[in-house]
Amino acid sequence: MLRRDVAIVGVGMTRFGELWERSFDDLFVEAGLEALEDAGMGGDEIEAMYVGNMSAGRFIDQEHVASLIADRSGLTPIPCTRVEAACASGGLAVRQAILAVASGMYDIVLAGGVEKMTDVTTEEATATLATASDQEWEAFHGITFPSLYAMIARRHMYEYGTTREHLALPPVKNHRNATKNPKAQFQFEITVEQVIESPLVADPLRLLDCSPVSDGAAAVIVCPLEMAKEFTDTPIVVRATAQASDSIALHDRDDITTLKATVEAAKTAYKQAGVEPEDVDVAEVHDCFSIAELVAVEDLGFVEKGEAGEAYHDGMFEIDSDYVAVNPSGGLKAKGHPVGASGVAQVVEIVEQLRGEAGKRQVDGAEIGLTHNVGGSGGTVVVHIFERAD
Amino acid sequence: MGGVPRFWRSIDNRYRLIGTRCKNCGEVFFPPRVVCPNCRSDGEMEEVQLSGRGEVYTYSVVRVPPEGFEDKAPYVVAVVKLEEGPLVTAMIVDCEPGEIDVGTPVEAVFRRISEDGEDGVIYYSLEFRPVREG
Ligand SMILES: [Zn+2]
Repeated sequence: MLRRDVAIVGVGMTRFGELWERSFDDLFVEAGLEALEDAGMGGDEIEAMYVGNMSAGRFIDQEHVASLIADRSGLTPIPCTRVEAACASGGLAVRQAILAVASGMYDIVLAGGVEKMTDVTTEEATATLATASDQEWEAFHGITFPSLYAMIARRHMYEYGTTREHLALPPVKNHRNATKNPKAQFQFEITVEQVIESPLVADPLRLLDCSPVSDGAAAVIVCPLEMAKEFTDTPIVVRATAQASDSIALHDRDDITTLKATVEAAKTAYKQAGVEPEDVDVAEVHDCFSIAELVAVEDLGFVEKGEAGEAYHDGMFEIDSDYVAVNPSGGLKAKGHPVGASGVAQVVEIVEQLRGEAGKRQVDGAEIGLTHNVGGSGGTVVVHIFERAD
Repeated sequence: MGGVPRFWRSIDNRYRLIGTRCKNCGEVFFPPRVVCPNCRSDGEMEEVQLSGRGEVYTYSVVRVPPEGFEDKAPYVVAVVKLEEGPLVTAMIVDCEPGEIDVGTPVEAVFRRISEDGEDGVIYYSLEFRPVREG
């Protein structure tokens, strides 16, 4: 349990996309400044930073990005720590910031995430993302990330009768939601037919089943709940922070149609928050591939195992659903997936939703929100639950 | 390829298909594990020879390859369930993508992938191929 209640009082993010003209530094500074402005802070209040970043070393040839970020943000000498758990780096940075405040070590902490992915070729980006799998026993054999999730999809289809059309439904929904998000990479709709006819990447997954390569950054500011009203009229309280690990390789799992780390992290989070899956009004889940979102809504307990496809068919996860809205931001698929930033951007979306500031994509009366951030094929999962505090 | 040094360290297990079995719970592991994840300190590992026979548990066809695999694409990758129980990830070779399905029987083959100079070590890769009748 948290030793003291923690709230989020400021959020910021850049637009996500292929931002050729923007540097790694630019992106991070823009997101950080927006979060500070949102909290009505100047910057001197920040006592520490945690930054999620998967692979600046391979994407832009720069390691030691914690120092770089503190420097470029004008925040030296405060401590800045880089956090890495592949695509869960951002969620984990938020979690580290929450733990640092909950422990009493610091009062005001900034958690950010940043990735600049479009400076390398597709082959290089594919190889870099594959380093999040087991290098020796998976990547060595030519495994790519799409092919790992494709193998999850193939087995899910085999065991539960999930169809090719079912797989297309999360991307179609997420593109529709992204048309209402001015910061999304893809602000246009797609059809089931377009998904099913797009080029194969790793059978049965096609191009429109896959999240894009993106640039972007996001940041949030956390502080003790008792201080939160100094900075905002609508603090968002952290009800749960949970993290779980599983084997890095898919073949070492008992059941590859389930991410056990999601099940475990969610169980811990629901218990911490004292809520049930049906209490969640809005969720940002890790949809790096279409199958990932289907599996996530099952593993988070929103539907029974194997029933996600039909639930999507019935529209259970739309913004205007009276069940739970999933990925109103457009998700990783349509909002974009700058890997180190994605987990932070999920929190930005949930905070805006719970404040009632999400504009055209606002989920009516949202009070409880959840984020779900996955590293690799499920080796790390971070789940947070938030609630409007007033 | 960056994987060569660590590949060399495990060549014995790969080339001879040696896994490990926990004497406490009996589960067989391949790739071999030093610690049994079920029994931890109560377990004790012994080496076990695997047959190399199994079936496709799930599979995909990689059409957008990573660096270093450009000339092989499209190629079939699979998680193979070995008859002793463990699952292992590998390429399926000597086949057309359409021939492979969940449950297709396969057997291990070893391919030379590189040779490190005249008196150097020869590197092999573990792959599988469909078992053909006759
Ligand atoms: Zn054991």
